[in-house]
Amino acid sequence: MTPEIRAILQIAGIGFLVAFLHSLLKESGKENYAYWTTVVGLVVVFMMVIGYVGNLYREIETVFLRQ
Amino acid sequence: MQILQLVGIGLTATVIVVVLRERMPQFAMMVGLMAGIVLFLAVLGPMQDVVRAITDLAQAARVDQGFLGTVLKIIGIAYIVEFAAQVARDAHEGALAGKIELVGKVGIVVLAVPIITGVVESVVHLLP
Repeated sequence: MTPEIRAILQIAGIGFLVAFLHSLLKESGKENYAYWTTVVGLVVVFMMVIGYVGNLYREIETVFLRQ
Repeated sequence: MQILQLVGIGLTATVIVVVLRERMPQFAMMVGLMAGIVLFLAVLGPMQDVVRAITDLAQAARVDQGFLGTVLKIIGIAYIVEFAAQVARDAHEGALAGKIELVGKVGIVVLAVPIITGVVESVVHLLP
């Protein structure tokens, strides 16, 4: 299992967790907290993904652009 | 990596995206992006061998190295732009995807200018 495939499952897990927290906080009437949970979860996932996107671009550069 | 493994990763990611899209579309998009990265990275290794074979053939045929480098750069730009545009289209941002593709097209034209001028110059040389 490569780190990238593990990242897919981690993102899915964080997504389900955030969805659960979102509905839980919304049920208890704390709409504001629910919104911020979503934002924080999204930022965490984005931080994870952005590194892999950079890796991909570097790999494409070494294959095609640096002869 | 094996074809079956890659297709399995794609199908698994599709199932996750479909389940996640109802509640959290943002995370579904991230899973799709990550699956795209995995598939692209897996395909780039074999692609490197193909590029190396093309470079060897061009050297054997005495093709200008600068022109070959330009062609490979254009292919690379096409792959990167296609990837980004698909991610944007996946998030239902068709207009942004079109703009990303426009940027890629302009970049390709800018890279192709030396080749076009080279062709025109050789045609002018042939004319009396």
